[in-house]
Amino acid sequence: MSKNLLEVKNLSVAVDGKQILDGVDLIIHKGETHVLMGPNGTGKSTLVSTIMGDPNFEITGGQIFIDGKEITNEPADVRAREGIFLSFQTPEEIPGVTVENFLRMAKSAREGRPTKIMAFQKELKNRMEELDMDPSYASRYLNVGFSGGEKKKTEILQLLMLQPKLAMLDETDSGLDVDAVRIVSQGIRSYHNRDNAVLIITHNAKILEGMDIDYVHVLENGKIRKTGGRELADEIIEEGFSALKAETRND
Amino acid sequence: MKSFEDEKTQVNEVDRSIYDIKDEVRPSFEVASGLTPEIVEQISEEKHDPEWMRIFRLKALDIYNSMPLPNWGPPLDGLDMGNIVTYVRPDTPMVGSWKEVPKDIKDTFERLGIPEAERKSLAGVGAQYDSEVVYHNVSAEVEAQGVVYTDMESALTGPYADMVKKHFMKLVPPTDHKFAALHGAVWSGGSFVYVPPGVSVEIPLQSYFRLNAPGAGQFEHTLIIVDKGAYLHFIEGCSAPKYNVANLHAGCVELFVGEGARMRYSTIENWSKNMYNLNTKRARVEKGGTVEWVSGSFGSHTSYLYPMTILQGEDSHMEFTGITFAGAEQNLDTGAKVVHNAPHTTSHISTKSISRDGGISTFRSSVKISEEAKGAKSSVSCESLMLDSKSRSDTIPAMDIACAEADAGHEAKIGRISEQAVFYFMSRGISEEDARAFIVGGFAEPIAKELPLEYAVEMNNLINLEMKGSIG
Repeated sequence: MSKNLLEVKNLSVAVDGKQILDGVDLIIHKGETHVLMGPNGTGKSTLVSTIMGDPNFEITGGQIFIDGKEITNEPADVRAREGIFLSFQTPEEIPGVTVENFLRMAKSAREGRPTKIMAFQKELKNRMEELDMDPSYASRYLNVGFSGGEKKKTEILQLLMLQPKLAMLDETDSGLDVDAVRIVSQGIRSYHNRDNAVLIITHNAKILEGMDIDYVHVLENGKIRKTGGRELADEIIEEGFSALKAETRND
Repeated sequence: MKSFEDEKTQVNEVDRSIYDIKDEVRPSFEVASGLTPEIVEQISEEKHDPEWMRIFRLKALDIYNSMPLPNWGPPLDGLDMGNIVTYVRPDTPMVGSWKEVPKDIKDTFERLGIPEAERKSLAGVGAQYDSEVVYHNVSAEVEAQGVVYTDMESALTGPYADMVKKHFMKLVPPTDHKFAALHGAVWSGGSFVYVPPGVSVEIPLQSYFRLNAPGAGQFEHTLIIVDKGAYLHFIEGCSAPKYNVANLHAGCVELFVGEGARMRYSTIENWSKNMYNLNTKRARVEKGGTVEWVSGSFGSHTSYLYPMTILQGEDSHMEFTGITFAGAEQNLDTGAKVVHNAPHTTSHISTKSISRDGGISTFRSSVKISEEAKGAKSSVSCESLMLDSKSRSDTIPAMDIACAEADAGHEAKIGRISEQAVFYFMSRGISEEDARAFIVGGFAEPIAKELPLEYAVEMNNLINLEMKGSIG
């Protein structure tokens, strides 16, 4: 627990010259589950995209470390190989590249050596079963013609296959039906263990059911406004951010 | 979100004149050919032509001398037309030395994992190699089915001489354009295939086996006749670069597809990057027949390549699937043409083009539907991918529809690699260079899957090779 898996230090980020994040601090240890909440447009996606290394986001101040190693200026592929993973809100469609081939390339890159085909295919089959995915999806082009739910499941499939150290999930539950949310939530729990960590962006309680949540952070106006335990998430989901605002004003 | 962005549909003004090469008269383009009847006679004599062929060559030479160079396509300045004889009878023997083969080509052989003996042969410097044995085995196997598969020279004098005479340059007459005329005058090498009625040839025949034939690959002639109800898949060339000292290729392919017959013609062309590839390919399809073209253009400096299909019989069908990859200093002008001459004929043209590093890729399609072709259907789709802002991609569709009861459509998309897609790959640990190569490979995938496996693998290797070093 002592060593920081992720450390974000006083991070400021701009997009097209507009300041979105303004001095964010965040520490995540191995074994923890964090939830990031906040009204729309407050920079939740900006934070996880910046941690992932999206070049559209310009870091105007601060630092990012993974496992004690600074990655503030590293490209996304280096970060991914260091063990950072982002489940995208709107995953890309990649014509001509099958789910299986994509995952095999990614896994080889992540592990730094070619994957063994038989073992890989067996693992893929099992993981797809776990997520209640039709096995034919392995040979379909990545996300092309997939429904919203199928895309999100495919993100979780990647998470399970790649076994990163830190999984960031950007509204993976949005737009999914109840069953799909349950499957995605199960997938996250099946991935999570003492050696890795999860950071979930969500507006809903459903995906958090059955999870041990260590911290809930509320992001507002480019800053982490408040950090608490699970009860903070419950409060927000029930009463909305306005209640929280009133409360903080009263402080 | 898609891995290609900035897509737009753009249909240029229909230009009906671009293919009428014959009508273009530009006397200023006339050049002294340096190609004399004596030289052509000499070629004819060395090849032991029958008399009709000797006369044919001389007539073609006259036509050649009377025609202008095409002036509607990529520049041909690099061709020494005033000294055409150097292409026809190069001073440097075609069988040069391995040492003279440019390094980039040797490297490509290396990366494609082609054995040294074959490399030399492909580069035109080897004499004999193992494929000769393979070729003989293949011909023995198909011969048992009554299939004739031989070189053009043997065909001219063999038992099928009359058939050859009846079909030779009837689809592509020497009057077609200047380089067809040149071909008629000086052609040499190539393949003749005859598939008898009802015979289905299970293994694809490959001209690859014949590459080491003397003089092959420069002005080769391919004549294929697939008789009623028969089936053949013919594969031309090979995806490894073919290096020739003389840098003009003016081959000719004629396909006769009989009633209810089906023919698939696959090519991966990867001439060395000094080559002017001015090739002419044409098919004629009878009632209920089908021709399928699969065409990959990767090599050469300049290409003019538009395989044409004449749908002569009712219910005949053509499919064209093509990909063109134009890199630095390449100007590849490719496409397809189709003529619907009978009712209920259908055609589908689908192409992809990639340009990078200043390369120019132009797609031309020509669809002609004659008055008789009631109920004909044609669809053309072209997708282009430009990998940087230096590169160019153009689409020039031409349509001539003389029948009110016909249906023709054209769709064009031009795009770039989406940076979000690259980021998506990178977020999974894949390097930027590999990400771009995979995205381009994915773009080409619909073509790759039409190819026999070993060619699909080689095409992917070629794309990866072309993409190497594309980043900073």
